[in-house]
Amino acid sequence: MHKLLTDAPGKEMLLLGNEAIARGALEAGLSFATCYPGTPSSEIPEQFFRISQETDLYFEYSTNEKVALEVGAGAAVSGLRTMVTMKHVGVNVAADPLMTLAYSGIKGGMVIVTADDPYLFSSQNEQDNRYYARLSGLPMLEPTNTQEMKDLTKAAFDLSEELKLPVLLRTTTRLNHVRGEVELGQLQPITPKGDFQKNPFHFVAIPAVSRKLHKLLLEKYDQAMAKAEKWPTNQIIGNGKWGIVTNGVSFNYVSDAISDLGISDKVSILKMGFSWPLPKGLIKQFLEQVDKVLVVEELEPIMENDFKAIAQEFGITIPIKGKGVGELSRLFEYDPGMVRRSIAQYFDIPYKALEPVDLSGIPELPGRPPNLCPGCPHRATYYAVKEVYGEDAIHPSDIGCYTLGVLPPISMADYLICMGSSVSSSCGFSRATDKKVVSFIGDSTFFHSGITGLVNAVHNNHKFTLVILDNGTTAMTGHQPHPGVDTRPLGVERTRISLEDLVRGCGVKDVHVVKPLKVKKTMEAVKAAMEYDGISVIISRELCPLFAKATGQAKKARPFYVNLNKCKNHRDCINKIACPAMYLEGEQVKINPNLCIGCAVCAQICPENAILPAK
Amino acid sequence: METKRVVFVGVGGQGNLLASRLLGEAALSLGIPVVVSEIHGMAQRGGIVESAVLMGDVGSPIVSKGEADVLVGFEPVETLRALGKCNNETLVITNTHPLPPFTVSVGQGTYPPVDEMLDLIKAKIKRVIALDGDAMAAEVGNPLSLNMVMLGALIGSGSVPVKAETMKKTIEELTKRAFLESNLKAFDLGYDSAKMQ
Repeated sequence: MHKLLTDAPGKEMLLLGNEAIARGALEAGLSFATCYPGTPSSEIPEQFFRISQETDLYFEYSTNEKVALEVGAGAAVSGLRTMVTMKHVGVNVAADPLMTLAYSGIKGGMVIVTADDPYLFSSQNEQDNRYYARLSGLPMLEPTNTQEMKDLTKAAFDLSEELKLPVLLRTTTRLNHVRGEVELGQLQPITPKGDFQKNPFHFVAIPAVSRKLHKLLLEKYDQAMAKAEKWPTNQIIGNGKWGIVTNGVSFNYVSDAISDLGISDKVSILKMGFSWPLPKGLIKQFLEQVDKVLVVEELEPIMENDFKAIAQEFGITIPIKGKGVGELSRLFEYDPGMVRRSIAQYFDIPYKALEPVDLSGIPELPGRPPNLCPGCPHRATYYAVKEVYGEDAIHPSDIGCYTLGVLPPISMADYLICMGSSVSSSCGFSRATDKKVVSFIGDSTFFHSGITGLVNAVHNNHKFTLVILDNGTTAMTGHQPHPGVDTRPLGVERTRISLEDLVRGCGVKDVHVVKPLKVKKTMEAVKAAMEYDGISVIISRELCPLFAKATGQAKKARPFYVNLNKCKNHRDCINKIACPAMYLEGEQVKINPNLCIGCAVCAQICPENAILPAK
Repeated sequence: METKRVVFVGVGGQGNLLASRLLGEAALSLGIPVVVSEIHGMAQRGGIVESAVLMGDVGSPIVSKGEADVLVGFEPVETLRALGKCNNETLVITNTHPLPPFTVSVGQGTYPPVDEMLDLIKAKIKRVIALDGDAMAAEVGNPLSLNMVMLGALIGSGSVPVKAETMKKTIEELTKRAFLESNLKAFDLGYDSAKMQ
């Protein structure tokens, strides 16, 4: 049985923040869940995927976030309690349905998780999705620890159902990926089927309907604000004259700081757990009990600006500051020391920080960037393309493990902005320059948002080669399935969509399917694509070795070694393939047999045939 | 109760996330308030993996510069790289077995001699426990048990409020049966080594 199905109210468990969210949803009677995976949200749907195999919970990995939200909308308006999870940039993809779903609302409670990523641990930007609550008019809840991640998730479903509005649950990486104690509550039964009551003049968003719905949304906004006034996690803590406003993980930094600084009796903290709409009455009460205010919030000065506006409305003139005080910046994430020092500075408290050790004399240490794994087929595909196209071609890339191809010696990612941008930006590059363009996209990313770009490329007669790196899984986020995957090894039956049929269906005439570990044949296909006058697609197909191993699909292969009698130290292997299983011992390239998985790519490119399978 | 901030650093695949999780579970079983922070995403791709376990009266899940009570480094260069987390009173426990990053193989950096790195750490930190964790893991026939060696050394150092007996019980409950025997042996080797230093 999945541990989150433990039926023991009152039991304490050490749960990952994302597990706590999943448990909170189950305690609210979650019946329907969808997502597109994305760090730091991915462990939430991972739980649902497994739980759906043991219970009546419906769960799917949807093609992208927009699809996930629309699938979820269908279930929620049919009365089922529904959760949709995504990373912060996923909300951009889902923003179109989000804005109007806010108008028409839902029937069964619906919680949308937006997992933000301050410091960009694994994202292309660090946008602050608190703006989405303001843009859409949807209520937003922000937990501060693992227990609240469970409790607020559960409460969010009730709130959603009462307001008939989806509720946004916003987390950040430091909450999603923290383990803490969680006291379990009561699990609620799953409702497998709902019912949709037709009401086209509410649910069909034509202008005449939406004019009414916008008005309705504003009424709900007032109801939500009244809720926020009395919300248990919107709390004033303490009654000192120094005010600190904070939210999310920063609440912990603030609490620890005032205890470390010994100023608990001088401070009032306003913790914002229901952070939109803002409870103006509670904020007024807070501003009236303090002399000055510091706002401690990561990323944008959102509460800072809102609080200044609310103070102005009530004629309150005390100083309200946030960004620019001490080390409090709009960039990256906060940490306990930084918050402690900034509080000490703002309220003028004498404080001597612990001295970090003197780091002088430490030599420059070799970098350790993440790398494509030993035997990763992406490396072989990159090699073949570079051998054929040389260094001059432009390589738009996309989001996945293969983005690591940006690093030398591969150096084959030249442009990336978001999911799917490889294909569409190639249209622009190939028209705007005279250079050859070969772009790379992963299989999951292609299904997510590459297809429309490819249709555009064919329709508008662009000329470039698209390589679809088909490793049979969504590798980067933890091996989730996607529409092109054989899901049977994962224990579920889903219809597999053929990439080559899909690509041909988009109108591509020149389609090649290669096995990248066969270097010569792959290079022949790349040459043919280069000579083709139009759009070529190369599907480079080989299972992710980590996924193959985890699902028992790995082929037994012997590791390789360098025959020292034959090796003449050309170093093509290490300079062009750069597999982490290779290392230099003195001047001699060697292969670590514990890391080599026997893909044989280096053996095929060695000019002396000096790389051989171990006996 | 007294706050203990323990930082674990290592390389993807060395198992430091499991080590920090097990320490967290052991603390929870003793009723010690605990938060464990992890960075996921790149863990399997050979990058640096950092985690932290904070015990006692503390809500923050991460450890700032200079504020670690204990730094457990699974790889000597990574121990040195994370030294900014330490102050003069910090206990440093480090594996001495090098795992050179790929950048070194392609000539984008040099791997400093291990002895020099240890001397440097010892010059800056009062209490250092250094052990060849990989040799001990090899000795018990399970190279993947490095994390158990390091966990053993941490408990053996007496720097956290978790005793060997509790830690071993947690290991028994939460690690794979097939590796249990070698895991416990590895734990003991790390434990004894720290006790003697």
